[in-house]
Amino acid sequence: MTTPATENPPAPAAIAPPVNPASRLAALEEAILPVVVALLVAAIVGDVLILSFGQNPGTVYRLLFEGTWGNAYGFGQVLYKTTTLTFTGLAVAVGLRAGLFNIGAESQLAAGGFAAALVGLILPPGLPALVTLPVYLVAAAIGGGLVGGVPGVLKARFGAHEVITTIMLNFIVLALLNYLTAAHLKVEASLHTEEIHAGGLPRLSSYIAAFHGSAANVVLFIALLAVVLTWWFLFRTRRGFELRATGLQPAAAEYGGVDVRSVWWRAMVLSGALAGIGGLNFVLGYKHYYEDAFATGAGFLGIAVAIVGRNNPIGVLLAAFVFATISQGGLAVNAVVPKQMVDVLQAVVIIAVAASVPEVRRMLRKGDR
Amino acid sequence: MIIFGFLAQTLRIVIPYIFAASGGVISERSGLIAIGLEGYMLTGAFCAALASYYSGSPWIGLIGAAAGGIAIALLYAVTAIRFRADQVVVGIAINLLAVGMTRFFLRLTFHSSANSPRVPGFGAEQSGTGVASLASNPLIWMGIAAVALVAWMLYRTPFGLRIRAVGEHPVAATSVGIRVGRIRYLAAALSGMLAGLGGAYLALDQHQFSAEMTAGRGFIALAAVIFGRWDPVRAALACLLFAAADALQIQLQGAQAIPSQFVEMIPYALTIIALAGVVGRATPPAALGKVAE
Repeated sequence: MTTPATENPPAPAAIAPPVNPASRLAALEEAILPVVVALLVAAIVGDVLILSFGQNPGTVYRLLFEGTWGNAYGFGQVLYKTTTLTFTGLAVAVGLRAGLFNIGAESQLAAGGFAAALVGLILPPGLPALVTLPVYLVAAAIGGGLVGGVPGVLKARFGAHEVITTIMLNFIVLALLNYLTAAHLKVEASLHTEEIHAGGLPRLSSYIAAFHGSAANVVLFIALLAVVLTWWFLFRTRRGFELRATGLQPAAAEYGGVDVRSVWWRAMVLSGALAGIGGLNFVLGYKHYYEDAFATGAGFLGIAVAIVGRNNPIGVLLAAFVFATISQGGLAVNAVVPKQMVDVLQAVVIIAVAASVPEVRRMLRKGDR
Repeated sequence: MIIFGFLAQTLRIVIPYIFAASGGVISERSGLIAIGLEGYMLTGAFCAALASYYSGSPWIGLIGAAAGGIAIALLYAVTAIRFRADQVVVGIAINLLAVGMTRFFLRLTFHSSANSPRVPGFGAEQSGTGVASLASNPLIWMGIAAVALVAWMLYRTPFGLRIRAVGEHPVAATSVGIRVGRIRYLAAALSGMLAGLGGAYLALDQHQFSAEMTAGRGFIALAAVIFGRWDPVRAALACLLFAAADALQIQLQGAQAIPSQFVEMIPYALTIIALAGVVGRATPPAALGKVAE
């Protein structure tokens, strides 16, 4: 913010440098190996937990598979969870690309959903979704963007570490939303708002009957669009290039004419806005009201999704699908082993990926020499 | 009498914070980010209930809590030190792991998804606020002693000097023969032990473990570490401030003067203000979160 803009900032000529196939293969190897290792470790831990409960791992894994990909309802639920996780994963990934760790996706997601619900309660009922959707998108993006922007500005202006400020802001924002819902907006004997009648979004089951009962809805397509747009922004635009340059080497980026501080707060606003739009999945696509604590866990899992997806939007989408499957799988096996088993497995995957990324990188480098 | 109730309430609330924050100070001063305090506490609470239940003695419960806290903190330390994993990522995963593990083993050992049966604890009354029951709880005294011990260790012993050295400048520490990794492992174990005892206080005070019973206390302790600028005594005072706000809110519950949610925000808001440097900048240890080569 304080750095004056240079007259002719050097054009990022090499936005997409030509990559030779060998190094692309190595990059792919570096991205995929840790995930393979992590899934193996998770499978072993899963076996131990299942055996400790006196069950047969094979049976449990078959149940898990049947309850997620094996029938349309389960698959619909996986897609629903994939949608939210894609948004929070993209949010965290955009932050990490700028060198910022956004732990606040949880409250940004909630704030986005809350803002959309507020707007929905004001809009006249019966408006078609085509008219209301842009309004909802903007509202959710502003809600999430505001919550993301605060730590961004604190970082840019005061150098306050965003890890701590986003954690603290999670608690503050969630307490505030809880207060607003409980004290002013709730339907009697609940913790959710009145139902929204202005342009709710259709579920997938209204197109494909087999998805009947599952929460999957058209916000899924907004998530896919967000993946493409985020990828395009990061790798094909100048602002995206500046953002990545800042994340790799802030000092070098600054030297190259990038206003690092504005990149920081802008990245946090964008990150928060992405998480905020994810709130539409629950509020407009599923329940048609805002409910307190609907976002619980989705923000933290967004961190896992971004890490496993290696901060690449396409990787984020795949990782979101994997984590959504594990989440839904917990419900599918709950009758046989406690569903908390999958919480353990998700944590194990995160730890194993985080621990094996530097290791794999070193091994591959050593192999090059 | 109201004042008395308020003080007793504050003391009850502050003890788990103090334990965890003391552990957090040690961990962060050695260069290891203490995001996992919540997970250490939860693990400690569960292990305390488990050990106390099977042994019939809350003292064995304490040993169990310390062991559980050390174990999960060492898992964090191994990934962060040996495998050079990102500390923030692993720290958050450790918290998720603790939630999942304690709930899984709650169902495995006690066949419940909500809470354990009643376990032997300190003090006869369940959540009693009487002075007698407070004074008879050894964890109160241990918590207060922990602050003094940690302060003494950090500033008056060679080991404390080493912890501060590896947290500020690991390369310089290495060059004078300090084994950075070993010091950090020890610091992690100590922080896990202390936070685990903080969790044990919760379980033994309520005579049972209930799922996710730490309810964000580890993060309040982390806030206290930062608000207290990484000093054990100041962190304990921050805990006291946060606990007093909490106790005040409980006392005022009937009056409905301020919505409880706003009181909940106080520790977090103060920490953000401290980080933004409005009243003197809070500067973390220089090598916090960095990998030592």
